Amino acid sequence: MTEVSVVKDAVPAADDLVVLKSVNKHFGALHVLQDIDLTITRGEVVVVIGPSGSGKSTLCRTINRLESIDSGDIRIDGKPLPAEGKALARLRADVGMVFQSFNLFAHKTVLENVMLGQLKVRKTDKKQAEEKARSLLDRVGVGTQADKYPAQLSGGQQQRVAIARALAMGPKVMLFDEPTSALDPEMINEVLEVMQQLARDGMTMVVVTHEMGFARSAANRVVFMADGRIVEEAVPDQFFSNPRSDRAKDFLSKILHH
Amino acid sequence: MFDFLSSYNNPTFLGAFWMTVKLTVFSAIGSLVWGTLLAAMRVSPVPLMRGFGTVYVNVVRNIPLTVIIVFTSLGLADIFRVTMGAGGDVKLQAFRLALLGFVAYTAAFVCEALRSGINTVPVGQAEAARAIGLSFAQVLGLIVLPQAFRAVIGPLANVLIALTKNTTVAAAIGVMEAAYLMKGMIEKEAQTLLIGAIFAFGFVVLTLPTGLFLGWLSKRLAVKR
Repeated sequence: MTEVSVVKDAVPAADDLVVLKSVNKHFGALHVLQDIDLTITRGEVVVVIGPSGSGKSTLCRTINRLESIDSGDIRIDGKPLPAEGKALARLRADVGMVFQSFNLFAHKTVLENVMLGQLKVRKTDKKQAEEKARSLLDRVGVGTQADKYPAQLSGGQQQRVAIARALAMGPKVMLFDEPTSALDPEMINEVLEVMQQLARDGMTMVVVTHEMGFARSAANRVVFMADGRIVEEAVPDQFFSNPRSDRAKDFLSKILHH
Repeated sequence: MFDFLSSYNNPTFLGAFWMTVKLTVFSAIGSLVWGTLLAAMRVSPVPLMRGFGTVYVNVVRNIPLTVIIVFTSLGLADIFRVTMGAGGDVKLQAFRLALLGFVAYTAAFVCEALRSGINTVPVGQAEAARAIGLSFAQVLGLIVLPQAFRAVIGPLANVLIALTKNTTVAAAIGVMEAAYLMKGMIEKEAQTLLIGAIFAFGFVVLTLPTGLFLGWLSKRLAVKR
């Protein structure tokens, strides 16, 4: 190891919010993440695409340590990801996550879902938490559903509540793990519109998705993954019109021909 | 026909059933608390706790209740001098020892019922709860257990009914509950069948409403998915 590389490691660029360095992970014999290097700057919207089983969801889940990693280094806002305990919980509060299957708390109303983290993690007082929750629910267009239970809402509405729940924590970065994959086609747009608004407002976002339209219109950068590796990174226009790797060409030819 | 019932004073007929109720209620509360802690241990990320929970449940639920109750008296009290703070009051000591035995035993069943309830809560909800920064204890206490309890009110009603009837074992160490009195009556009276029927009816009066009420509650509180 040379001194130069040590010095270089110690001084990250000021605006790097999420930095992954040679991250490896195995599921048993499957090497699901192979030497992943990825840097996401503040305010950037990164869309991760790729075939099933390429490791893109796993990548997304490692960023708030819902999946542990075998080796490598993940930093958020300059701080290394804590392994467990209170420090990890604090970090997770700063990283919003939206899941494919919404995962709203089924025994709590929509409003309570959005208030819970504020009350129990941020220790906000109740009145303030409710105000913020209601304004976020209005912002994602489900303000009138505040007192219903998740099971009474459509999938699109549930996912928008889930986005509000994550936003209520005031996260530095939002992770979206295939947010529209479990939705009926007619509900996909209402969720994508909320996400596009978020992107326009300057939220840092990592979005794992199959929605190429969203990638084209909202992403600053497209990351293409296959077989546990990042195969290609490019701005959307360049990636979709002129992919460099054969793997990406093959993938795009299969999905863009309909 | 029922005249003989009022000739018993130590305990009286109602006094004996009152003792059964007290044993049931206190044991139910105790085993609910201890059983919940055991269930928390069994799903905790700490291997030592998981191990303790597993061993405890598998040892305790496989020992006959009679052995446990008799052990509290002959083992804990007579050999290890555990008096449960009864200060020489033999009846009180027997009551408290029986309580300890029932809690230790029933908690194993409460734990397992609750654990099956925990399995009805989708893993994703626990992940979502962790993702907003809740600690393990908060995830369990605010998200998982409230839903798990609602899912297992039915099975817990079974445990409670079994507990009510199991309290009759306390007669073995001299707690003056219903079965203790019944044994005494059967020795002294000729109407054995009638006595059996009366005590059977007494237990049905205790357990039937419990079961019906909890069945109604379980429907009312069911979490819609």
